[in-house]
Amino acid sequence: MVNYIGRRLLQLIPVLLGMTFVVFMIIRAIPGDPAQVILGQLASKEAVEALRAKLGLDNPWYIQYFEYLGGLLQGDLGESLRTKQPVAEEVWPYLAATFELAFFAILIAVIIGVNAGIISAWFQNSWFDYTAMVLALVGVSMPIFWLGLMEQWIFAIELGWFPTSGREDVRNPISAQSGFYILDTIMQGRFDQLGQVLRHLVLPGIALATIPMAIIARMTRSSMLEVMRSDYIRTARAKGQKMFWVVYKHALKNAVIPVLTVIGLQMGLLLGGAILTETIFSWPGIGRYVYEAIQFRDYPVIQSGILIIAFIFVMINLIVDILYGLIDPRIKYD
Amino acid sequence: MTKRKAVLEVKNLQTSFFTDDGVIPSVDYVDFEVREGEILGIVGESGSGKSVTSLSVMGLIPSPPGKITSGEILYNGTDISKYNDKKMRSIRGNEIAMIFQEPMTSLNPLFTIGSQMKEAVLLHKKGWSKKQAHARAVEMLKLVGLPRAEELMKDYPHQLSGGMRQRVMIAMALVCDPKVLIADEPTTALDVTIQAQILKLMKDLNTRLNTAIILITHDLGVVAETCERVVVMYAGKVVEEGPVEKIFTNPEHPYTKGLLASVPDMRFKKQSLYSIPGNVPKPGSIKEGCRFAARCSEVFGRCTVESPPLYQTAAEHKTRCFLYDTEEVANHDRAIVES
Repeated sequence: MVNYIGRRLLQLIPVLLGMTFVVFMIIRAIPGDPAQVILGQLASKEAVEALRAKLGLDNPWYIQYFEYLGGLLQGDLGESLRTKQPVAEEVWPYLAATFELAFFAILIAVIIGVNAGIISAWFQNSWFDYTAMVLALVGVSMPIFWLGLMEQWIFAIELGWFPTSGREDVRNPISAQSGFYILDTIMQGRFDQLGQVLRHLVLPGIALATIPMAIIARMTRSSMLEVMRSDYIRTARAKGQKMFWVVYKHALKNAVIPVLTVIGLQMGLLLGGAILTETIFSWPGIGRYVYEAIQFRDYPVIQSGILIIAFIFVMINLIVDILYGLIDPRIKYD
Repeated sequence: MTKRKAVLEVKNLQTSFFTDDGVIPSVDYVDFEVREGEILGIVGESGSGKSVTSLSVMGLIPSPPGKITSGEILYNGTDISKYNDKKMRSIRGNEIAMIFQEPMTSLNPLFTIGSQMKEAVLLHKKGWSKKQAHARAVEMLKLVGLPRAEELMKDYPHQLSGGMRQRVMIAMALVCDPKVLIADEPTTALDVTIQAQILKLMKDLNTRLNTAIILITHDLGVVAETCERVVVMYAGKVVEEGPVEKIFTNPEHPYTKGLLASVPDMRFKKQSLYSIPGNVPKPGSIKEGCRFAARCSEVFGRCTVESPPLYQTAAEHKTRCFLYDTEEVANHDRAIVES
């Protein structure tokens, strides 16, 4: 097992190298001179040349690439053109905000989605099954921005239960340490602020959880239905086991692998930043950070943002692969 | 030999499936009993209702669409077919256990043999520690002739062969010392040599533990080797019931005769194999008359109109055929004399 994880981590090296190369080339492939784009149409030739030299754009591309790689290895993601701050330092609060929201959303999606799928399969063709699956269908086809706006209108403006947007109450600001506000407020013992943080998480969390929840519910149901027909389920019942444990122990463990795959993919998507949700709820996350960078043509930020998101995707896939092996002893690591 | 006490009695059992095409009685008024410590064979082709009968006894008929629509299943004199789920669970695996046809898929692939064995023990032995359950599981694995039982507890099903898995299934079924073991085609999916071993094991355990066994099979060879009494089923009905020697030397029902004639005989090489003409009718398709009439070589007028009852033809022998109706026989003889 340890061997396998080590080997998989080694295999990550070419993948990450490839990723950096692709990201690097995409930025270079944008037509026109970045320096010119940054400075605008009216900039003087000298100014453009000076900026090109400053950005290292006067070097051949392979030199630029190796310099960029060298920087990456030292944890240097470059400097934002807009704020003149190192991206590696600047990005963390945004990343933490996205992580917190994404984990909250995926938690809701998994708890509700998996259970709805299980119960639907257990009581197939019951009213619960029909209702859950219709809701799941509505869930996958719901436009997120519309759902977000409706939530704000009903639960924030009309009912006033939750704040409309943001991560914290600006009148009672949180002193960030880790950037994860739930963690920070607990560590600081500020439970009044913890309540605030949770209240801010609810609406964007639900908006973000809806689609993954629906997909997870449908996948769980179909996987469970297949497993419930297995001979070993009949064996477990013939032993005299309670139906609840037959379903939640014997069947679920067998049905969980495809569900895990879907959860991994959805989690990757959420962690990659949900630009729409983050924009609607003014959530200071990575999606919005990169989106704003694109508007400003802040290449180092765009490049780093894409790289970070890709890296997260790869890591989640690795974790899912490792989980497969922990669940199913038939999956061999060598 | 004195007649032993019946431990399980199936009386007038009817199990029906409610489908879009109507109600289909897969098991239609079936009667039989299993006596303490005996091995009873239930024989029949696919679709004769043997498996549905056994699942009805276990209370494991998939519902919906299946349901026991009439009859009683008496375990030690109490009707368990009316039990609620909780009461039935205390019977399943504890008093009546079952093993299945497919040893390859009947064990959960993601749990160790040990955890599945211990689960069976701890479900019914209230107050047992995990250690006790472990010891009991190991003891059972040894009893069914599995080597290195202690290590086997940590193995997963995919590390075992089919024969070993069936032994594990048997060990698991017997771990709570049930009074009745239902074995639904336990050897069908196995190699012939392994088949013989498993049958020998079951017979051996039957004598040692005095567990009554219902052996469901379509293989007459298996019945001849293992069983004391046989119930022959056809299209959801019991057509003949009797001690194994009688059924094999003196079969009465034309269906049983046909079945026995279809067993290949090693002595005559070039003979083509006999088979009963036609197919098992679809359950519920025959509304009146004897269900075997369309395929019977001895069919006569009354067979297609009336449904024959079970006739007691000897002390322990019953047959569902008008040929054994004493009045019918008298009429028949008279007809011969008159002509």
